Amino acid sequence: MSATLSTVSYIGATILFILSLGGLSNPETSRRGNLYGMIGMTIAVLATVLGPQVTSGGYPWIIGAMLVGATIGLYAARVVKMTQMPELVALMHSLVGLAAVLVGFANYIDPAATAQFQGAEKTIHEVEIYIGILIGAVTFSGSVIAFGKLSGKISGKQMLLPARHWINLAGLLAVIWFLGEFIGAESIPQGMTPLIVMTVIALLFGIHMVMAIGGADMPVVVSMLNSYSGWAAAATGFMLSNDLLIVTGALVGSSGAILSYIMCRAMNRNFLSVIAGGFGTEGSAPAAAGAQPAGEVFPIVANETAELLRGAKNVIIVPGYGMAVAQAQHTVYEITKHLRDKGVNVRFGIHPVAGRMPGHMNVLLAEAKVPYDIVMEMDEINADFPDTDVAMVIGANDIVNPAAQEDPASPIAGMPVLEVWKAKTSIVMKRSMASGYAGVDNPLFYKDNNRMLFGDAKKMLDEVMVALKA
Amino acid sequence: MKNDVPAEVRAGETRAERIMSQTIGVPRETAAGEKRVATAPEVVEKLIKLGFRVAVQSGAGDAANFADDTYRAAGAEIIDDAARLWAAADIVFKVRAPSMAEVGLMREGGTLVSFIWPAQNPELMQALAAKKATVLAMDSVPRISRAQKLDALSSMANIAGYRAVIEAAHHFGRFFTGQITAAGKVPPAKVFIIGAGVAGLAAIGAASGLGAIVRANDTRPEVGDQVKSMGGEFVTVDYQEEGSGVGGYAKVMSEGFQKAQREVFAKQAKEVDIIITTALIPGKPAPKLITADMVRSMKPGSVIVDMAAEQGGNCELTEPGQVVVKHGVTIIGYTDLPSRLAKQSSTLYATNLLRLTEELCKSKDGAINVNMDDEVIRGTTVIKEGSITWPPPPPKLSAAPAAKPAAAKPAVPAAKGHGHGAASAPASVKSSAIVFLVGAAMFWFIGAYAPASFLAHFTVFVLACFVGYMVIWNVTPALHTPLMSVTNAISSIIAIGALVQVAPPIADAAGRPVVWIIGLAVVSIALVAINMFGGFAVTQRMLEMFRK
Repeated sequence: MSATLSTVSYIGATILFILSLGGLSNPETSRRGNLYGMIGMTIAVLATVLGPQVTSGGYPWIIGAMLVGATIGLYAARVVKMTQMPELVALMHSLVGLAAVLVGFANYIDPAATAQFQGAEKTIHEVEIYIGILIGAVTFSGSVIAFGKLSGKISGKQMLLPARHWINLAGLLAVIWFLGEFIGAESIPQGMTPLIVMTVIALLFGIHMVMAIGGADMPVVVSMLNSYSGWAAAATGFMLSNDLLIVTGALVGSSGAILSYIMCRAMNRNFLSVIAGGFGTEGSAPAAAGAQPAGEVFPIVANETAELLRGAKNVIIVPGYGMAVAQAQHTVYEITKHLRDKGVNVRFGIHPVAGRMPGHMNVLLAEAKVPYDIVMEMDEINADFPDTDVAMVIGANDIVNPAAQEDPASPIAGMPVLEVWKAKTSIVMKRSMASGYAGVDNPLFYKDNNRMLFGDAKKMLDEVMVALKA
Repeated sequence: MKNDVPAEVRAGETRAERIMSQTIGVPRETAAGEKRVATAPEVVEKLIKLGFRVAVQSGAGDAANFADDTYRAAGAEIIDDAARLWAAADIVFKVRAPSMAEVGLMREGGTLVSFIWPAQNPELMQALAAKKATVLAMDSVPRISRAQKLDALSSMANIAGYRAVIEAAHHFGRFFTGQITAAGKVPPAKVFIIGAGVAGLAAIGAASGLGAIVRANDTRPEVGDQVKSMGGEFVTVDYQEEGSGVGGYAKVMSEGFQKAQREVFAKQAKEVDIIITTALIPGKPAPKLITADMVRSMKPGSVIVDMAAEQGGNCELTEPGQVVVKHGVTIIGYTDLPSRLAKQSSTLYATNLLRLTEELCKSKDGAINVNMDDEVIRGTTVIKEGSITWPPPPPKLSAAPAAKPAAAKPAVPAAKGHGHGAASAPASVKSSAIVFLVGAAMFWFIGAYAPASFLAHFTVFVLACFVGYMVIWNVTPALHTPLMSVTNAISSIIAIGALVQVAPPIADAAGRPVVWIIGLAVVSIALVAINMFGGFAVTQRMLEMFRK
């Protein structure tokens, strides 16, 4: 295959990737979108392998490595549970990060790869290697920690080192200083030392960054790491002067960045403050204590919940992370189906940051075969709460906290929330009265039209289902 | 609730002495025309569960359609004679304030729970105090959110508001709802409701439910939203004055306001068919809002329901307890509206009393503990063991201020397009200027120093970022997880970087660490392949699930 032919193939692949992302605008077209992505990837890989940059001597290596990876990947994709999607995605990001690091090192130690560069071009090339490895390493270690946190192998609590901002700043300065050392290096072995030191700093930085971020900020972290894996690919593209890598990396990078932005906006948080870790960090504790609402909660049991649901015409279900933890999505759907057969208008209200990754709730509900046209976004459904008879909150807390609108002193003030308290009755299913991730007490629980159904979401919903059918 | 612990401790001391569970007595109401009763059979069961014994006077529930047998079936003892019942009861539940004769029957040191109206009935208060009684007045329940479940005034007002509309409909010679029939067009009735408290709101709901055009007025501007939520139109008085008093009730307004208000009412009187007035100010005679002139200006056949008749009436021509026709307008002055829906009001009142009993008996052992540290019980108790404790200190919290932050809640972003809607609200001029300057500086730096080959790639990079930006905004939030997994799969494109390193078409230059390079590249390819195949496969699996 000639060089021009492979370049044209790359353009084709680029177009297919853009179509692939465009296809996701709608569930109808999304499957086609994924197919475009697969075709694009196949074209890109084949064009490279058959192109002028790979000689036939490498084929056995390539095929072997591909087979091994494909087997593992396909197996993982088949067995993963939908509730584990965030973990899987985080783990996969780490692979891209690690690959970027390895490709960077391989490129640097190859004298042939740098032979054609002189002067400013050589410097730029070295900076590209350096940045590619830096982003790759941060992505790798950050994703591994995120995976650990999401799968429960590491405590989800944020770990805040003293003077952590200074540590980060010192790390950044060291990275810049070693960049100077690296560019100034006369020979490859001499350049290896600053490169390796920087890699270690970057790995530590990735660990530290994600360790400092707590459970509910995870959607931001996952999408941010998604973005990083894209930028790592783009940096590698610069390093190898490969436009396909640059374009694809930029697509993925901006996609992740936008998702992070959406998640931050959904929590009314500043991106930097999420990354810096902590919820409002200083001064949040007294504010939370001051917002302690007085009052009384009205606990109910499954039978009474079923009674309320049976008497309702309009029901909105608001799922949260608790539903994912309890694996309750199938029972939720059973109840939904039962009620819809009885003519009750049951819909779902999804907050953008419900769960541990963007769109997490949608995937779980889709897995349980809930038709997607009754699953609404926050903006679509918020206006309908006043006409709703029962709003059922399953394992969510901060995303339905009226303090975000009513109490300007609250740490979550201004965060858009689902206004479940405007429904005639709201039912909150929760294991206990513990406050949500933000550590803010929820005045919703004390509202007169709110009822609390305490217990494990799955168990309680099963009981509700039995009571409904009775 | 923070007072729980001391209450329990104190209760423990006294309870050791009372071994017997206490008896709750429910006599028949003696006031003429009163059909309500202070307990219902289903509430009797719950009271017994709390450890009490319940005695009901024979025939107490007849007027409310609760037969003696249903009380007996619920576990109550039926006592024929009022005197025996009063003697047997440790605690008496009543609806209306007791007559002097009933006070005479009362046991020394007993407990009474009923409506009392301490301000209007000073002699009754003295008589009860002389009996060393403990008296809880259901009209004195503090207006705080925790006490709403035992707020009998609200539950009775709700019923009264509904009944007022029914009475009005009964005396009004037309449909409420507008209709076009073969026999001609029927205009909808216009109803004007003064005072949007619990009774007013219930009346708005009932009248709009019947199809009438409903307007309502209140001195408290913050209730406007509640009026609208019940289906009414809020008529404002164009005069600036805050009308909320302590505890969310209305207060007396200034002369200037009253004049402006009368003008509004006079105008409404000419237009509407039915006026329902509910204006009350705590501890004061009802304000006279509808003058004789306004009545005269109304259309013949119109109806006025004066729900404040018992406190003197909002209309000058009201005769309390009577229905009168003046200037062709029917003026209904019933003072027993809740009693006219006896079964409903008895059930709700009985539930209010049950909630109060739960507050009084937290240990569920059949003995009450009048804990004066509890804000709700303190407010409700008007006589404690013979000493008058009314009026209570003012409640700490008012419902009114809470309404303001709710009204001032941030506006929901209005713009809404496809996908995420309000994608980018215009940033402030200052911050966009900074971004612009930084961007310009960066581009200048790159343009000045970077070689041409880099610039070609850079162009591609920047354009790709923008394409990504445009494409991603169209992605529906429901598909964010598949988006992440597909972009993750696509980022496997980094494989190309590894592929070109495995066996590049160059002669092995001296010192090229081939083994290392191939090793690194092959490991990278394997890692990325996991991602590539796994990512697409799992995305496909997820997307298969998104079905209509």
